[in-house]
Amino acid sequence: MTDALVPILVATLAAGTPLVFAALGELVAEKSGVLNLGVEGMMLCGAIAGFAATAATGSATAGMLAGVAAGAATALVFAVLTLTLQANQVAAGLALSIFGVGLSAFAGKPFESIALTAPQAFAIPVLSGIPVLGPVLFAQQPLVYLSWALFGLVSWFLYRTRAGLVLRAVGESPVSANAIGYPVIGIRYLATLFGGAMAGVGGAFLSVIYTPMWAENMTAGRGWIALALVVFATWRPGRVLAGAYLFGGVTIAQFFAQGAGAAIPSQLLSSLPYLATIAVLVLISRNPNVIRLNAPVSLGKSYHPDS
Amino acid sequence: MQRPPAAAPPRLSLRGIRKAYPSVVANDGIDLDVAPGEIHAVLGENGAGKSTLMKIIYGVAKPDAGELRWAGRPVEIANPHAARALGIGMVFQHFSLFETLTVTENVALALDGARDLAALARRIQDVSQRYGLPLDPRRLVHSLSVGERQRVEIVRCLLQAPQLLIMDEPTSVLTPQAVGKLFETLRQLAAEGCSILYISHKLDEIKALCTMATVLRAGRVSGTCDPRRETASSMARMMIGKDLPVSAHAEAAAGGEPRLVVAGLSQKADDPFGTDLDDVHLTVHAGEIVGIAGVSGNGQQELLYALSGEAPLAEPVPIRLLGAEVGRMHPGRRRKLGLGFVPEERLGRGAVPNMSLAENALLTAHRAGEMVRVGLVRAARTTAFARDCIERFTVKCGGPEAEARSLSGGNLQKFIVGREVLQAPKVLVVAQPTWGVDVGAAAFIRQSLIDLRNRGTAILVVSEELDELFEICDRIAVIAKGRLSPAKRTRETNVEEIGIWMSGLWPGAHADAMPAPTGMSHAPD
Repeated sequence: MTDALVPILVATLAAGTPLVFAALGELVAEKSGVLNLGVEGMMLCGAIAGFAATAATGSATAGMLAGVAAGAATALVFAVLTLTLQANQVAAGLALSIFGVGLSAFAGKPFESIALTAPQAFAIPVLSGIPVLGPVLFAQQPLVYLSWALFGLVSWFLYRTRAGLVLRAVGESPVSANAIGYPVIGIRYLATLFGGAMAGVGGAFLSVIYTPMWAENMTAGRGWIALALVVFATWRPGRVLAGAYLFGGVTIAQFFAQGAGAAIPSQLLSSLPYLATIAVLVLISRNPNVIRLNAPVSLGKSYHPDS
Repeated sequence: MQRPPAAAPPRLSLRGIRKAYPSVVANDGIDLDVAPGEIHAVLGENGAGKSTLMKIIYGVAKPDAGELRWAGRPVEIANPHAARALGIGMVFQHFSLFETLTVTENVALALDGARDLAALARRIQDVSQRYGLPLDPRRLVHSLSVGERQRVEIVRCLLQAPQLLIMDEPTSVLTPQAVGKLFETLRQLAAEGCSILYISHKLDEIKALCTMATVLRAGRVSGTCDPRRETASSMARMMIGKDLPVSAHAEAAAGGEPRLVVAGLSQKADDPFGTDLDDVHLTVHAGEIVGIAGVSGNGQQELLYALSGEAPLAEPVPIRLLGAEVGRMHPGRRRKLGLGFVPEERLGRGAVPNMSLAENALLTAHRAGEMVRVGLVRAARTTAFARDCIERFTVKCGGPEAEARSLSGGNLQKFIVGREVLQAPKVLVVAQPTWGVDVGAAAFIRQSLIDLRNRGTAILVVSEELDELFEICDRIAVIAKGRLSPAKRTRETNVEEIGIWMSGLWPGAHADAMPAPTGMSHAPD
């Protein structure tokens, strides 16, 4: 039994990892009050940039760095539009998503028939020898470990550091933050760029490591799920992590069900991860007090220091 | 550059400060000198330019022209960080607090270099105890009442050990005893060399505390004086350019029928940091004004929510409006019976910020003003009502189509009170009728409440300003720790007695009184 379980759990963690990156990045951006609906587009730009860089150099690390750069660059476009030019965040974010889909499809044409070899997993000595847990948790891709580090870092940053406190304050009330003397726009720029960079890594992980190939629109709505995760996790990193792995788990489970020839239309099965994740998150996030305490009050609202 | 050699330069000196906004010149050629250790009052009506001037000093706004000198040196205060680096602290009139953060986190944000939150929490507790401003550092700001929020602002400033402290209406939410204590604190700070810029509308406070006053009118300095040598009315004249209207208040005619009766209302607060109401009894008769005094956070919010219907009760019995049991009714049905309500928060609860005044009038006055027919809005009537309200209550604004948010606090309050008064309610519940409103407008609002009473309306006023309650109320009760004292005829009591009652010590109060949730069970001293 456990022998069958290990590959399922390993695959679950891998399937959830792109979401962990993208959603934690978006969480930080939203905590500063910036609602960037362009996660899907930023992930796709990260995916094609990462794939192209890895295909050219053969290095997965180069691919990830390219993903970071591409994600941050698309986020920069969004930041200039919404933070400097005061465009509406919802409209600009939707536009960014559509733009990212198109741009990545165009740039990805020459790469469609190329296949990469996924880099080897990295087994941590000793720890990976633990039965069941060892191979599941400690024989993963380096990037999976990195996503855990990111989770710890984001949690620590938001709730234990002064900079994180300032970031939350900016998302809570930019007017008050400005009155006390914090550079609201600058802080929001940084948070938005971080969100973009993480979405880019999530995308590059998909195209370089998870399914080492490029296909048009290969994120298949994961960017939107990442956005939903952040909201339904009521802006708390722990719940984002749990939601991402829940999505990963159901994704893998439905693959196995399809493989086993379950008598359910495959389209329905493919939609299960999205349905299950949203349903569970909606159920656990019904407490209005929790939402009130964690939701950034100024989310999605433009702010200009002089107005 | 010549300076008199002997005299120390003023700590802060302003010369010819001018600041213009697109629609108004807020400051025009302002000169101001504050000596070290001086408590300097800045007087003026709403819109006189006080707030803009303070923003310039604190680095939030940049002057178009003029010069700031700090201890004799010309300085440019580019932002609040720079202001704090010089040693300027400010208590804001519109609080600059973050609702979802704790008191400690809020304070940490304004202190440059405060990193150890646990140590900071202890410092907050020390300072708050020393200055009689009880605060629990762990509480989240959104659960604090307006008065408690102001305490956070004051404590935040005191922690910065400033050389110049700007205080904008700091006493409006304190008990008389606490005001006395704060004044001791401020005098002590001044004696230690800290200069204080004190903005207030309360002329007797300024007389008692300040040694120098600069009076602003319409963006210009209209005079300077030594408040100790002036009378309240002479300063008011400098401020508004004419004599202060005095509200005419005759004794209420006895024998009106009881219109609002609260009979043994007990309710647990929804909010974990709220105050539970404990067996509240209250009767308001036709043709009288009953006041509820008390330090904020003692159950006022909960009582007002229960009375307005925003938090309907489990059972209908404890609240009777004109004989009907309304405890379970929502606000719309209570209004239909003849209840008018003016909440504490003007923007968001009393008015929708982004809607025009006409639309805001429609929201509560659609019945009385017959503004809706078969579900359609009768725009002409709505606009006419709003225009009428603007004219009769002298609301300064851009007309019925002006957005509610574009009005100054005092003018919006006049509009909201006017909107309710014009509907001739049978019962009117008003919270903080003159919070942050300048003297002229406050006197006007009080007078219109008295006039409404004279026409037979039963009025309940919840206020933290004792002077106001003594001016307009026929009877006064005190709320403390969720319990309400008996209402006493205003002429048979005095400020000292009510002040003692505000600590929960009235005859017949439970001896085993629970300490208040914020730990403000300090006896008056």
